[in-house]
Amino acid sequence: MATADIAHHDDHDHHPYGFMRWVTTTNHKDIGTMYLIFSLVMFFVGGAMAMMIRAELFQPGLQVIDPQTFNMMTTMHALIMIFGAVMPGFVGFANWQIPLMIGAPDMALPRLNNWSFWILPFAFTMLLGTLLVEGGGPAGGWTLYAPLSIQGGMGVDMTILAIHMMGISSVLGAINVIVTIFNMRAPSMTLMKMPLFVWTWLITAFLLIAVMPVLAGAVTMLLTDRHFGTAFFDPAGGGDPVLFQHVFWFFGHPEVYILILPAFGVISEIIPTFARKPLFGYDSMVFATAGIAFLSFIVWAHHMFTVGMPLTGELFFMYSTMLIAVPTGVKVFNWISTMWRGSMTFETPMLFAVAVVFLFTIGGLSGLMLAITPADFQYHDTYFVVAHFHYVLFSGSIMAMMGAVYYWLPKWTGHMYNEKLGQLHFWLTAIFFNITFFPQHFLGLAGMPRRIPDYALQFTEFNVVSSIGAFGLGIAQLLFVYIVVQTIRGGQKASDEVWEGSHGLEWTLPSPPPYHTFATPPQVR
Amino acid sequence: MLLSGVVVAMFGFGYALVPLYDLFCEVTGIGGKTGVTTEAQARVVVEDRWVTVEFTGNTANGLAWEFRPMVQSVKVHPGAITEVAYFARNLRDEVIVGQAIPSVTPSAAARFFKKTECFCFSSQPLAGGESKQMVLRFVVDPKLPQQIKTITLSYAFFDAGQYVDPPGESPAPVQLL
Repeated sequence: MATADIAHHDDHDHHPYGFMRWVTTTNHKDIGTMYLIFSLVMFFVGGAMAMMIRAELFQPGLQVIDPQTFNMMTTMHALIMIFGAVMPGFVGFANWQIPLMIGAPDMALPRLNNWSFWILPFAFTMLLGTLLVEGGGPAGGWTLYAPLSIQGGMGVDMTILAIHMMGISSVLGAINVIVTIFNMRAPSMTLMKMPLFVWTWLITAFLLIAVMPVLAGAVTMLLTDRHFGTAFFDPAGGGDPVLFQHVFWFFGHPEVYILILPAFGVISEIIPTFARKPLFGYDSMVFATAGIAFLSFIVWAHHMFTVGMPLTGELFFMYSTMLIAVPTGVKVFNWISTMWRGSMTFETPMLFAVAVVFLFTIGGLSGLMLAITPADFQYHDTYFVVAHFHYVLFSGSIMAMMGAVYYWLPKWTGHMYNEKLGQLHFWLTAIFFNITFFPQHFLGLAGMPRRIPDYALQFTEFNVVSSIGAFGLGIAQLLFVYIVVQTIRGGQKASDEVWEGSHGLEWTLPSPPPYHTFATPPQVR
Repeated sequence: MLLSGVVVAMFGFGYALVPLYDLFCEVTGIGGKTGVTTEAQARVVVEDRWVTVEFTGNTANGLAWEFRPMVQSVKVHPGAITEVAYFARNLRDEVIVGQAIPSVTPSAAARFFKKTECFCFSSQPLAGGESKQMVLRFVVDPKLPQQIKTITLSYAFFDAGQYVDPPGESPAPVQLL
């Protein structure tokens, strides 16, 4: 095999060692690793904030943190998890996997790649720095709704500039992904032969370059409203605060698919491997992904049914939102059909993948409940919404990423992770996740509002259960770090194929892959 | 680079949403944005139809004004020009500049409710302790859908101090924070 020679030849990689290697690297594997480590760090920073939120909500009344700090924690938790953990995490997987999966030697724009990563630590230093300045961090919710966000202290300005930097980073990363996929595929790797993870990332990248600039525009308007005398959102100057919600959610809804589509791609890689069957309905998967991406642009106002829209608008956004259930249903059907009569084994990645299909569908169904306009007036801004988006974001995106780590880590490090510990981590995560978030459905239906540090006494029991689950969920993630570090440092040698049912170009490389791979394009059947 | 062009275009699109949003609201009447007529056009007065117009008023964000309609409601014929007034009094002893923002309910009626003169057309300064009758002249378009019998007009007065220079003073510095 040609790859073995390449491996031998490139054993002495030409790169600086030590700290400068990571600062100056243009290697997609190095940059992917940095993205993933960054994402993991942010996952724990955001997670620590979630622990403070749940500690405060453990009992009614105010015990642990004051209300202003509580509001900062909810706001920062969301910003950090969305922009710091999930998005960079998936960009990390894209960096590692896309060149390996399409047979490219690297990303198309490697210096840009380095820059788009190194913007992030500065952006998040600035975002976290808001907690130290006078007036504190942003506390008006991650959606930064005007007019509240016009009023805050300089922390809001720092948040706005941090969002600009994250936006630049994401857009550069997305451009890199698109150019790589269009120009660097191995010969005879046609678009419709690409692994589904690559497809979902291609579509995600288009969503990113379409909506991140809109967010940048929205926060720039906030900035000029705050300091330069414009009145986009202030009625006294002829503006309208509802306008901010429209512009924000025009970004915000495609954003939620930016967070979940790569997860769909991961699931579509893992399930066929462990069901030992090709993915059922590949073409329909691609079209369903594209369909979801298209629909994401015409449903935004379902986040704001209660602002006083006319009936026509509410009906349009209700029906268009429900329409998304169709392509999503196609995907769930295809995953289940892939498993149907497969020779399934349940290693850790597969456990995560099956759990994602199951739990994400619960989140999808509660989303469908929220899409019903008259019902949404009851659910709006309650814990039902919190439960819904944690079912799609934690048990959708985050658990898919954990599955992806277990799936590809043996390939990247050359070592098998500890299967027993991996399965333990899965079960702890899955069980504590449900203990945390399932009771929040009931709290929301009973009318407990979100983003408030205190609550009425009748909500106590479910909140106690939810907080206990959250603490367990947090502690279980320390096990995840232990497993990852243990795998990086050593362990049973992984074979090239790693998994018995694995398929695709990345598994033709040695484990771990050499620093430079596919210097000559591979042959694709 | 084509993709960079897309990025710039979408950034511009974010801003383009502002006038698009206003245009959309004006055309459809969503958000209760009222129609404006600058001259009192001769209109056919529909003598056999009555429409009740109700008035409310409030101040927003702690604007220290007393502000209320002088009449609670009037009955008008579509096409007839009607004049009503709001009463406003500055409760502080300093100049406060206010800007009234109108809203019409139901929104389907918004674009048939036309004002020929309104204190909301410009910002209104009130000296300390000054009170004033603020005039509003309007006409209900005879094309108003038949099922609408009552129109409610609401004004919210906002503090517009940071957007206009107070009369007789040097330009105020741009207010930060």
